[in-house]
Amino acid sequence: MPEKTMTLEVFRYQPDEEEHPRYQNYEVPYREDWVVLDALNHIKDEIDGTLSYRWSCRMGVCGSCGMMVNGDPKLTCATFLRDYYPSAIRVEPLNYFPVIRDLIINMEDFLHKLDDVQAWLIPKQEKTVEEGEYLQSPAELAHFKQFSMCINCMLCYAACPVYGHSQEFLGPAAIALAQRYNLDSRDGAAESRADVIFQDVGIWECTFVGDCSRVCPKNVDPAGAIQQAKVTHTKQFMKELLAPWGNR
Amino acid sequence: MSDGTSRLGAAPGGKSKEYLRPVPSTWWLKRKTYFLFMVRELTCVAVGGYAALLLVLAASAHNPDSFHSVFSWLSASRWSVVLHAIALPLVLYHSITWFNLTPKAMVVWRGEERLSPVLIAGSNYVAWVVVSVLIAWIALR
Repeated sequence: MPEKTMTLEVFRYQPDEEEHPRYQNYEVPYREDWVVLDALNHIKDEIDGTLSYRWSCRMGVCGSCGMMVNGDPKLTCATFLRDYYPSAIRVEPLNYFPVIRDLIINMEDFLHKLDDVQAWLIPKQEKTVEEGEYLQSPAELAHFKQFSMCINCMLCYAACPVYGHSQEFLGPAAIALAQRYNLDSRDGAAESRADVIFQDVGIWECTFVGDCSRVCPKNVDPAGAIQQAKVTHTKQFMKELLAPWGNR
Repeated sequence: MSDGTSRLGAAPGGKSKEYLRPVPSTWWLKRKTYFLFMVRELTCVAVGGYAALLLVLAASAHNPDSFHSVFSWLSASRWSVVLHAIALPLVLYHSITWFNLTPKAMVVWRGEERLSPVLIAGSNYVAWVVVSVLIAWIALR
């Protein structure tokens, strides 16, 4: 019996050799348990070693194999061929990011944004090792745990038409991570993040399309994080307007 | 594929030309969710327009003649029926989609448990019914 195969239409861009990108078709073996990343690895190992893409853990943890699969932002390590067979699958680099080569995008913009929002814990009070841990109750953990599941895969950016139209927009993951630390009872830097996330190209640029949350492989719900930050900012604004003498 | 632009970018490992893909003006037709988002946004025109109509009615309240003329157009004109037939589904769509999104913005915690989104969205519907009944009672008594 002949082996079942599938066609992968892969976005190719090789700036050293050509000015514009093109699509290249590859016939790959069809296996029930193969994901798109397995098919790309097969192409790389057996058919065309010039194909470039990022991947690492192959288990939905590292967030490096995000690509557009038939127009949807997906982790290719978690996207099975069987969900598309026998139709062809089109694989492209993540939307809205500049393409460096083939399926590799330039993620510097996102990394700068993570820096801008200070996506790390800044304790209210620094403690020495001798003073012990920063304790936290399960209820306090629950408030931010969902947002801490972000793996920086950038699928949310590739789903966000607002980011597509304006790369100035801080974007879903950066704001969700800012919220993750703002809501952490051990953190004390919400005020220093406020200027960045409350600016016009921060939360207020978001028009609440909501696709960032729909494509998130970890159910982080960045759209929710942004709307909750809008509520926080609005409450602060009203408080300052109505009771300017009070503390924030 | 030649609609995009190349640019010299600082790619890791040295200079290379990066390719920027264009965002077509029909981007909102590419995904069902984008299309529904645009519908939701455009229905605000119906909400704003109908609110303006009610303001006109309210502004004419000081003059019984003009109030009567606006009110009789609203209640008896064929065009008013057409207007309401168009405005009602648009305003309903606008209200329902926004009510259903409120749990995203409004998070209520009870200890480690988050209050059910159904309860938060549901409270909007309850308030909607209460206010509608109140207005109907005032208007029809």
